[in-house]
Amino acid sequence: MLEIKNLVVQIEDKRILNGLDLTVNKGEVAAIMGPNGSGKSTLSYVIAGKEDYEVLDGEILLDGQNLLEMEPDQRAAAGVFLAFQYPLEIPGVGTMTFLKAALNAQRKARGQDELSTPDFIKQVNAAAAKLEMPKDMLKRALNVGFSGGEKKRMEILQMALLQPSFCILDETDSGLDIDALRIVSEGVNALRSPDRAFLVITHYQRLLNHIVPDTVHVMHGGRIVRTGGKELALELEANGYADYRESEAA
Amino acid sequence: MADVTLMKTPAESALAQAFESAKNMLPGNAESRAQAFEQFSSRGLPHRRVEEFKYTDLRALLREIAPFANVPSAEEAKAALRESKAFADVSALQVPFVNGHFVREAVDFHNLPEGIEIVPLREALANGHEWLAKLSPVTWASDNPIYQLNTSFMADGVMIRVAGAVETPVHLRFVTAAGSAVATATRVLVVVEDDASVTLLESHESTDGTNHQPNDVMEMIAGDRSNVQHVRLNAEGDKTLALSTLAMKIGGEATFNSINVVAGAATSRHQVYAILDGENTNLRVNGASMLKGSQHSDSTLVVEHNALHCESRELFKTVIDNEATGVFQGKIIVPHHAQKTDGRMMSAALLLAEGGSMNNKPELEIFADDVQCAHGATCGQLDEDLLFYLMARGLPKKDAESLLVQAFLGEAIEFVENESAREALVTTVESWLKARA
Repeated sequence: MLEIKNLVVQIEDKRILNGLDLTVNKGEVAAIMGPNGSGKSTLSYVIAGKEDYEVLDGEILLDGQNLLEMEPDQRAAAGVFLAFQYPLEIPGVGTMTFLKAALNAQRKARGQDELSTPDFIKQVNAAAAKLEMPKDMLKRALNVGFSGGEKKRMEILQMALLQPSFCILDETDSGLDIDALRIVSEGVNALRSPDRAFLVITHYQRLLNHIVPDTVHVMHGGRIVRTGGKELALELEANGYADYRESEAA
Repeated sequence: MADVTLMKTPAESALAQAFESAKNMLPGNAESRAQAFEQFSSRGLPHRRVEEFKYTDLRALLREIAPFANVPSAEEAKAALRESKAFADVSALQVPFVNGHFVREAVDFHNLPEGIEIVPLREALANGHEWLAKLSPVTWASDNPIYQLNTSFMADGVMIRVAGAVETPVHLRFVTAAGSAVATATRVLVVVEDDASVTLLESHESTDGTNHQPNDVMEMIAGDRSNVQHVRLNAEGDKTLALSTLAMKIGGEATFNSINVVAGAATSRHQVYAILDGENTNLRVNGASMLKGSQHSDSTLVVEHNALHCESRELFKTVIDNEATGVFQGKIIVPHHAQKTDGRMMSAALLLAEGGSMNNKPELEIFADDVQCAHGATCGQLDEDLLFYLMARGLPKKDAESLLVQAFLGEAIEFVENESAREALVTTVESWLKARA
């Protein structure tokens, strides 16, 4: 599904990713763990197509399509979805207006008809109910005045509506209390399917108790330095990242 | 003392000539016109060394004076009004003007909404109507050269009196459709009595490709406890040079909201002169301008707090594409007796392209010591992070930009109470964005 080969990325002359290789298969939930500054968020932004990053080498293929040649909106239409670590507040843009614009833009890009307003509202309400979101949240401007947990729920709501094939969760657990973590995780788990892959970026093993990964990758110094099963997350929780730091220093 | 002869520009000479030949034909008191023109001539067209016109150099912009428009025939007027699209979906009492002349046949004077009286200005001037004494409620506006030119040349207009709560909005529809360039000078006076309320829509349209030169003045006297909602749309043609002045004197405990939306004209300058003349009054003046190509648009505002406990809010939003230029000059004056004044003025500009420019000049002139006044001015581009967020959800760049521009202008437009008028303004923004994409 997703294939990253020898990805080298810098921002303002600072090298962040150093020849990163990563493969995520269809239906797989892959977790990426690593210390602060190891390049996890950069990886998520580069896959989604943020402009600030300079890709010096390597490629990112989604189902064989070269993502690096596509604009962010084209990547979204191709199936990429990034749940932001810090979802942005957009004053003046109504949540429903935004959701409808996004959904219809993707449908249009895929050659589908626009959704009728009643069908759209039905879908949004159903998705919102599953995430235990109060209805008035949908009436406000996008993310404006939302708590950290509400913003993350809104990200998952968008994911549920847009039905992407490749989902990146960038530290979705940060800023969530226990209940919110459970609700968000259930939202994600409900979307797991043999046709959809997930890249779950996190600092802590805690999230992986709820969203159980198939594979765990350890990222350090802009590379994947170790890959294992879900037990690797437990090992990291116990030992920390010190081993990797030392190997770097040696 | 030696005689000093001021050098006149060709446009100034043409104006002098036009005034000479028109003054005996124009209705009303020739003396006050002559006086206004005298005042104008003593300084001529304002240029960049005149402080208030630093960013809108009328001497440079007004090279040729178009002839003043004749009264259109009934057929011409009808045809022009058929083409007019402004606020088409808003049900309102229509008070139309074509080529600067009031189309009185379009108004059924016997069936006006209750509380509305309309007097055609041309007749009023000719007969010396008693309401004429109410013209020029903001006395210092007569120092302004654009206002002086209007006073010199005003050929037509209406005077409207509003008593009681009038439900039906009144739509002053100005259409300039002459085949060749014309100048117009209209004057509208609206007197809103104590405790009365009214929604006034004002739209200005002219044919594309013609160098029309409208100079419109709207004056209002709003009584105590009155409520006035004023919505103005500049949808002038792409070669029009549009000058306009809104002057109002507002009584105590009143609510007065005014917005000017600029979606047209090659060059425009809208001047707002307001006096808050009674205690506990609320004034809101907003602007939303959409500029592209080489358009130039100036919003100039002076608000004088002349009583205790008044609140004024001014919010001007300007979107600038291509090489267009925006100007905002705003001044809040608080004399020593206007304690407890609360005034806030904000101008925000959004530059969508490299070549555009915005000139912001906010000023506060405060003599009272117990007031809250603030002003702010910002100038920026669309937020790249917000654009990325929207694009990451599948919106193509132009659509993402449009959504953010709509949100930006929406903040100035959303306070318009009349729903269909507000929707018409939102549609105006959408069409502007669509034309851009």
